[in-house]
Amino acid sequence: MSQQKRVLFRSGWLPWVLLAPQAAVIGMFFFWPASQALLQSLQQQDAFGLSVDWVGLDNFRQLFNDSGYLASFRTTAVFSLLVAVLGLGISLLLATMANRVVRGAMVYRTLLIWPYAVAPAIAGVLWLFMFAPSIGVVSYGLDRMGFQWNHLLNPDHAMALVVAAAVWKQISYNFLFFLAGLQSIPRSLLEAAAIDGASPWKRFWTITFPLLSPTSFFLLVINVVYAFFDTFGIIDAATQGGPGKDTAILVYKVYYDGFKAMDLGGSAAQSVVLMAVVVVLTVIQFRFVERKVNY
Amino acid sequence: MVERRPALTLLSHLILVLGVLIVAFPLYIAFVASTHTADAIVQAPMPLVPGAHLLENYQAALTGSGTGAGSNAPVSRMMWVSLVCAVLIAVGKIAISLLSAFAIVYFRFPLRQLFFWAIFVTLMLPVEVRIGPTYQVVADLHLLNSYAGLTVPLIASATATFLFRQFFLTVPDELVEAARIDGAGPMRFFRDVLLPLSATSIAALFVIQFIYGWNQYLWPLLVTTDEQMYPVVIGIKRMISGGDAANDWNIIMATAVLAMIPPALVVVLMQRWFVKGLVDTEK
Repeated sequence: MSQQKRVLFRSGWLPWVLLAPQAAVIGMFFFWPASQALLQSLQQQDAFGLSVDWVGLDNFRQLFNDSGYLASFRTTAVFSLLVAVLGLGISLLLATMANRVVRGAMVYRTLLIWPYAVAPAIAGVLWLFMFAPSIGVVSYGLDRMGFQWNHLLNPDHAMALVVAAAVWKQISYNFLFFLAGLQSIPRSLLEAAAIDGASPWKRFWTITFPLLSPTSFFLLVINVVYAFFDTFGIIDAATQGGPGKDTAILVYKVYYDGFKAMDLGGSAAQSVVLMAVVVVLTVIQFRFVERKVNY
Repeated sequence: MVERRPALTLLSHLILVLGVLIVAFPLYIAFVASTHTADAIVQAPMPLVPGAHLLENYQAALTGSGTGAGSNAPVSRMMWVSLVCAVLIAVGKIAISLLSAFAIVYFRFPLRQLFFWAIFVTLMLPVEVRIGPTYQVVADLHLLNSYAGLTVPLIASATATFLFRQFFLTVPDELVEAARIDGAGPMRFFRDVLLPLSATSIAALFVIQFIYGWNQYLWPLLVTTDEQMYPVVIGIKRMISGGDAANDWNIIMATAVLAMIPPALVVVLMQRWFVKGLVDTEK
């Protein structure tokens, strides 16, 4: 695709007018705040906002010496890994099955995609309600089976709860992309393999799965980004980062330190670290997209 | 299907039905809970079939006459705030993006590349990573607890601009030539040729942005302190407080169902555009 139009309109002022609204909005609410985050991350402000000192990289040094922050990194890693792997696995299974059945594929699709419309915070509330230790349906069922469920006390239970809610919400998205990917695989390849006597199981692992790898990789990045940033609502509604700090992912900690604990410098430094993480993820994604174009 | 394997087809249907049921289970439980009294729910196990209190629960939620331990603000007001925000975010984003994409594709002017990259950078950083400073800007402009404060910072992203740019690049140059021969100026071309051609992209983007706007959580949580300006997603969270039994779970679940209906309807009824929107915005 050409990057430029051959025929263009000529006007000295019109393009500026057209760009003005967008430039104003991103300037005021994107570039200004982002640069403020960078500045604040190098400053130390007292609790009343009366004095500001330049402290260089102290905030970052403190951050990476803070065992709480490192623990939050670990929590985020575990959380996003679980969300991505479980979410991708389950959706791939469902998409493969939906791609197999001739009848009703569209009905299944409609019935599987609606959780995309559910707000993360609402998803958190729904799952919290099912698993509430004293009144929840599922926790009651588990109790009857002899399993004591209490995500208010047990960090593993709390993690399982937020992972389940996050995966539940993301299945629809992954499912749609996997289904589209499966439908674009040439049928002649699968038919040729079938004639050669390859079983469906074998066909899946030697043909379908490798040909799906661009889709899978793309979804992996998207799911990690989702787990990092879009799950704040789930965590805040279901566990509030608890018990202790065991489900406080990085975004939750930025919010907590900046707005509850009022540590602006520390919160800004965390924002900068998060921005770096996003940039790295985006670069990975774009390198991959380029490769797919050449593919 | 490549070959006939009835057993495998049966298994596929079984797995799919199981998947559909598990995905629908939380919604079913929420719906059942919204049709019982608060007392019936806190006596474990709660009933698993719908009860007879559907109308009064939804009425109590909408008018805010519940008696739970948390907030009891009327949900009808929250739904209105959510609707206004979602529509403002979707329309605002689409409008400013159409204009700036038009400028970037169809004009050549100094700093064009700089603008393009400046817009492109905003694709990467979601509002979640810059909440602190953005909050300060909004507070300094006295926009807390206002629709402008709730929506404009979320409009500051370039997904839509990027999408429209890609689309405009595929529009044949001959159309511009023809328009110019007929004496049409740039804005005339924009209104009479480009906008009609973009209709499906606009519809697809509207669906995605409407859901995005409706489901916002972290940002409204920061900029709204006034009950009158809570979107429903925030409102429901504020209804939950204290122990399990202290909350009016029937009202909370009625609110949850109400909060899910508009975006779910948009997804299911506009499925074709929704799928197109998802695929387009990620490419």
